[in-house]
Amino acid sequence: MQYEEILHRCFRCGYCKLPENYVDFNCPPYLSFRFETYSPGGRMWLIRALLDNKLAPTGRLQEILFSCVACANCVTHCTFPKFKDQLLLAFTAAKEQLVNGGKVPPAVRDCLTRIYQHGNPYGHARKKRDAWTDGLKVEPYSDQEYLFFVGDVGSYDTRGQEIARSVAGLLQKLGVSFGILGADEISDGNEAGAMGEAELFKYLAEENIKTFESRGVEKIITLSPHGYNAFKNDYPGFGGNYSVLHYSQVLAPLVKKAAFAPDQPPLRVTYHDSCYLGRHNMEYGAPRTVLTALPGVELVEMQRCFQNALCCGGGGGNVFTDIIGSGRQTSAGVRVGEAAASGAGVLAVACPQCAVMFADAVKVQNLEGRLAVKEISEIVNERLIKQEVN
Amino acid sequence: MKEILQALVEIVGTEFVSDQPEERYLYSMDPGTMPAREPDFVVMPDSTEQVRQVLLLANQHKIPVVPLGAGLVLSGLSRALKGGIILDMKRMNRIIEVNEMSRYALVEAGASQGMLQAYLKKHHPRLKHSAPDAPPAATIAGNVCIHGSGHISHAHGFHSDMLNGLEVVLPTGEVTRLGSCATSDYWFSRAPLPDLAGLFLGWAGTTGVITKLAIKLYPNYRFNDVGVFVCEDARLMPDILYRMSETQMAEDLTAWMTPKPDWARGFLHSNINYGANTKEELIWKRNLIRASVSEYIDRKIAGFIPMPAAMKQPFLEVPARQLSRFADVRKGGGFEYVGVIMPVDLFAEAYELGLEIASRLSVSYSLGARIIGINHCMMFFYAYAFNRADPADVQRAQRALEATNRAAVDMGGIPWKAEAPAQKEIIRKMDPNMFALMNRIRAVLDPAGIMNPGNWEID
Amino acid sequence: MYELNYDPQICAKCKTCDCLMKCQYIDFELAEARVEKEKLLNGQDTRILQECTTCYSCEEYCPAGNHPFYQIVERQEEKGFLPVPEPITKQQLTMMEPRGTITPASVSAPVINMCYFPMLTDSIRGKLYENTSMIVGSDIFCNIMWLHFGKNSAIRERLPRMIDNIQQFYLKDSGVEEVVCYHDECYGAYTQLAPAFGIEVPFKVVHLFEYLSNKLDELSDQITPINAKVAYQRPCSNRLIPQTQHWVDDIFQKIGADRVPREYDRDNALCCGQVLRAQQRDDLADDVQKRNLDDMQQAGVAYCVFNCPVCMFTLADAVAERGIFPILMSDLCQAAVEKKAE
Repeated sequence: MQYEEILHRCFRCGYCKLPENYVDFNCPPYLSFRFETYSPGGRMWLIRALLDNKLAPTGRLQEILFSCVACANCVTHCTFPKFKDQLLLAFTAAKEQLVNGGKVPPAVRDCLTRIYQHGNPYGHARKKRDAWTDGLKVEPYSDQEYLFFVGDVGSYDTRGQEIARSVAGLLQKLGVSFGILGADEISDGNEAGAMGEAELFKYLAEENIKTFESRGVEKIITLSPHGYNAFKNDYPGFGGNYSVLHYSQVLAPLVKKAAFAPDQPPLRVTYHDSCYLGRHNMEYGAPRTVLTALPGVELVEMQRCFQNALCCGGGGGNVFTDIIGSGRQTSAGVRVGEAAASGAGVLAVACPQCAVMFADAVKVQNLEGRLAVKEISEIVNERLIKQEVN
Repeated sequence: MKEILQALVEIVGTEFVSDQPEERYLYSMDPGTMPAREPDFVVMPDSTEQVRQVLLLANQHKIPVVPLGAGLVLSGLSRALKGGIILDMKRMNRIIEVNEMSRYALVEAGASQGMLQAYLKKHHPRLKHSAPDAPPAATIAGNVCIHGSGHISHAHGFHSDMLNGLEVVLPTGEVTRLGSCATSDYWFSRAPLPDLAGLFLGWAGTTGVITKLAIKLYPNYRFNDVGVFVCEDARLMPDILYRMSETQMAEDLTAWMTPKPDWARGFLHSNINYGANTKEELIWKRNLIRASVSEYIDRKIAGFIPMPAAMKQPFLEVPARQLSRFADVRKGGGFEYVGVIMPVDLFAEAYELGLEIASRLSVSYSLGARIIGINHCMMFFYAYAFNRADPADVQRAQRALEATNRAAVDMGGIPWKAEAPAQKEIIRKMDPNMFALMNRIRAVLDPAGIMNPGNWEID
Repeated sequence: MYELNYDPQICAKCKTCDCLMKCQYIDFELAEARVEKEKLLNGQDTRILQECTTCYSCEEYCPAGNHPFYQIVERQEEKGFLPVPEPITKQQLTMMEPRGTITPASVSAPVINMCYFPMLTDSIRGKLYENTSMIVGSDIFCNIMWLHFGKNSAIRERLPRMIDNIQQFYLKDSGVEEVVCYHDECYGAYTQLAPAFGIEVPFKVVHLFEYLSNKLDELSDQITPINAKVAYQRPCSNRLIPQTQHWVDDIFQKIGADRVPREYDRDNALCCGQVLRAQQRDDLADDVQKRNLDDMQQAGVAYCVFNCPVCMFTLADAVAERGIFPILMSDLCQAAVEKKAE
C-alpha cells in the first residue's frame, strides 16, 4: 500500500483529534463514535494491523475507514512535520485497498456504482443535470470567459440547486461571462477519489478533460470547493491544466464594487470554512471578503474557524453514504450549535455540501428560527440594490 | 460473554460497547513498549450511574475493570492484563463548575487537559491549571491519579497536591465523595477531614474508578518568559536549581540534556519559566533569578542562552508539542520513559546513569527533570525512543527501561507510574508493612479483586 | 598564520584615543583612556577587556585604521577574558560549525550570498532578484560573529575555508567573479576583516545595498513610493564598512522613505542588544533597547528597517509592540516595487 511506511510512525499523541485551541474534539468520526479506533491515530494503527494480517477487513473496519470525512484536521494539527502531509493520503490509500478488494460498506459500493453508471452519486439521469437552471437563463458554454462547473450536489440536490441558481444569478448580475456544460458535465470525481476509487476518479477526470478540451475550456469557476480542489490539485496530474477559481474568489473583488441599498438591517453572520476551500486550499479570505463588503453585515467568528474549523461531516463521500451519520454526536449538529452560540443569526457557507449537511442539523438540533443556514451569494443577493440587478 | 455484552449494552447503549476485534486490538496497548493484552470489552460510560452499574456487574461476575483516560500513560497501566472491561472515560468530559474566587475547577474524569485549558481561557482568563507535558488529549483525572506534575509544579507541587476532592465509584458500587465535597457543596480542599483521597492516588486504578474531581487553579499571568541556563558540569546542577528555586519566582523549573541537536550534546540546560502581570514585574523577577546564579555567570562557567522571542516560543508553549516529536527520532512512532521521583541531590548520579545506560544498550535517549516544589524533589526522566516496526529496537528500549528502573530504585529514587514489572522492583525495596497494608486495603475495597488486576502485585 | 595587521606603535603614539573616547558603552576621561590603552598594549589586564561590548565601533573610530577592536579581541582570547560564558560560546561554535555538506553548483551572476540565513531565502524573489543565483549554508558562513566571543582563532580557522568554498564550489567553474553580500557582516568580512588578518579573498564583493540601489534605478518606473517615515537600525558590522552607509540614504530616497533624524542613528547607532544578552548584561541590553525604541517612537516612524537579520529577530517584537513595522531593507524595497507597501 502506498504510504504504508508512515503508519507505524504515528505515536498516537492525539493532537490530530483537536483544533489548535483544544476546545473539543475536531475529528468528525471520533466526535461521533468516540472509540479510539475512529481517531486518526487509531486508524493509522488499524491499517498497519490490517496490512500485517492482524485484523481482517471486517464490516466494522470498513465503517471505521470510510467514516473519515477527509477534512484534513489531522493533517493540519499532527505534530510530526516529517509525515503529517501524508496522513490523509495514507487513509485514502487504505480505502483504495479495500475498494480493490471489494471490501467496502454497501452504501459506499452503491454510491460508487451510481457514479460509474450515471456520472453522479445520486443515480439521476445525466440529461437532468441542468435542471437546476429552472427559471434562470444560463447559456451553454461556448466562447464565454469561464466555464461554470456546477458539480453533483448543485446539479441534483434540491438545496444544492437553489444554491447553484443563486450563485449563477449573482455572477450574471455582476457581469461575469460564463456558460455551463449541462448534460455534458459529469462528476468531478473528488469524492470518488476520496473514497479510494482511484480508477473511477481517473476515468471521470479524463472524461471531463476530454469535454473541456473539445469545448476549449481554459478558465473554470466551480460551485463546489470539492470540485475546485480536484481541478486545481488533481487534474494537472491527469493532464488537465486550467485556471480554476471557486466562485467566492470571483465574487470577492466584484462585490466590493457592487452597489448596495443603504440602511440595510443589521445582520450578524458567522462563516463556516469548508474543508476543501480552507484546510485543503488555504482560501480563508475570499468568502469573508464577500460577507464583510455587505452593508449591515457583522461577521463574527465561531470558536473554531479558519484552519481549526469543525467539518460539517459531509466530506469523503459521507454526504452521500452517511456512514458517519450513525454516530451519536454528529459534527454537523455540534457545528450548528457552535454557530448559534457565536450569537450569529445566520450561518454562512460557501459549499453546497456543507449547506445540505447543516440544513438537516439545524432541524435535528431544534435551532430552526434561531439560526438560518445561507450560502454567501444568497446573502449578497438579498442586499443588492435593484437597479444593480439589471 | 454474550450475557455480559448484553448487560453492558443495557447500561451504556449499543454504540458505546464493543467486543469487536478492532477495539480489542487497539485498546490492548498504549504507545509505550509494554506487550499487548486484549480486553474482552471496551465500554464508554456517560455518567457516574453508568460507571456504578458497570462496576456492580463486574463485581458480580468477577470481571476485571481497567479505567482509561486518554491512554497516554506510556507505561501500559491501562492495559487489561487479565482481560475484562476497559472503561474508556472520555465521554464523561464535562466541565461542571469553575469557582473563580476559590480558584478551583470541578470536572468529570474524562475531561482533557486541553479542554479545561480552552475553557478557562475563554471563560476565566485570569485562571489556569497546571498542565502536564503530555499532549492536550490527556485527561486531568488520569494525570492526577498517577501523581503527575506539570508546568506550575515547581511553584505548587505534584498534581495530586493540587487535588481538592474526588467522587469515586468503589469496586462494590458505592459512589463516594472524598474531601470537602463529602460534607459541603463546595469542593475547596481535602482538609480538614481524614484524607481518603490518597486511596486513589498512585494506586494504578486498583482501588476504584474516579468519576469527578476538583483541582486547584492558579493565576494566569499576562506576560510569561523563560530563561535557559546552560552549564557543563552535572555536579553543579543541584546548587544551581537550589539557588533558582530559592527566589520562588518560577512556576516551572525543568532540566534537559539531549544528544541532539549536536550543539546540545554534553550540556545541561535549566529552563526557568516565570510570569507576571506587568512587564516591569517580569523584568524584576528575571533580575532576581539572574542574581541567584550570578556567581556562576561571573565565573563564566554557566549562563543564560540569548534567545530572541521567537526562539522562546517552543519553551513557553503549554503543553510543549516538541516533546511528542521525540517519538520520531527513530522514525518509528515510539518512546517511553522512566520518570523517577527522587531528591535533587542525586542529579549528577541520575544523569550519569542515563548516559551509561544509553551508551551500554545503544538506545536513542533524552534526559531531563522537572523540579517539583522548590527543590523538594524532582521527576528525573530517561526517555528512550524506539521504532515500533522493529521488534529488536523495541526490545532494546525495553531493556534500557528495565535497567533504568532497577538502578533508579537502588539509587534511592522511585519510578513514577511504573510499569507492572517496575512496580515489582519498587515492592522489592518497599517497607513490607506498607505493602501488607496496601493489600489489606485492597481486600477491603475490592473483595472480588476486579480493579486493574496485575498491578501492585508480586505475582 | 593570518597575523593581524596591527601596529602597536601607532597606538603608542596616539594622543586622542578615539577608539576609547568615542565608545558608547564605556566612559573614559582622556587620562584614564591613555592609561588603559597602555595596559592593553603591554598585555596587562584592563577594564577594556572586561567591559567591551564588542560593538565593533572602534574599528570605525580609529583615524589610523589600526584595527583596535581586533586587537582587543586578540587580547581577550590570549588572556582568557571570555565576553560570553564558556558553555554558550562552545554551543555557538558547534551550532555554526561548517557541516561539510556543500556540493558544487553552477551559478550565474549576480550571485546573492545569503550567508547562513536559510530562513531568509524566501525573500530572494520577485523583480528585484530576477535571474539571480543564490548561495547559502553553514559552509559559506562568514564567521565574523566570533568577534563577539573573543574567538579570533575561530575566524582564522574557519573564514579561509569559507572563502575557498565559495570560490571552489560556486564561482570558479561558473566563471563568476563577484558575489552580492546580503548581510553587512559578509561584506565587512571580505572587504575589511579578511585584509586585516591577511586572508586573501579571490572574488569581488558587492554590498546588497549597492545592488538594490542599482536595481531600483532599473525599476524606477515601477516604484510606488513608501511615503512613510522610517528608522534604520545600523548593525554592528557596518562599523567595519562605514563607506557603504550612503547606500541606505540612496535607497530610501529612491523608494520615497523618509529617514527622519533621530538621536541613535548613523554614527550614534546603538547595538540591538542581542550580544549584550549573550554577555549576560541584561540590564545594559534593556537600557540600550529602551533608548533606541523610545527614540524611534519619538521620531514618529512607521517602519524600523533592518539589514542584519539578527537585529531584526532581536528587536522585531519590541518594535512591533510600539506600533512600528519591523522590516528588512530588501523586503521594504520589494514592497515598493510590488506595490505592497503597508
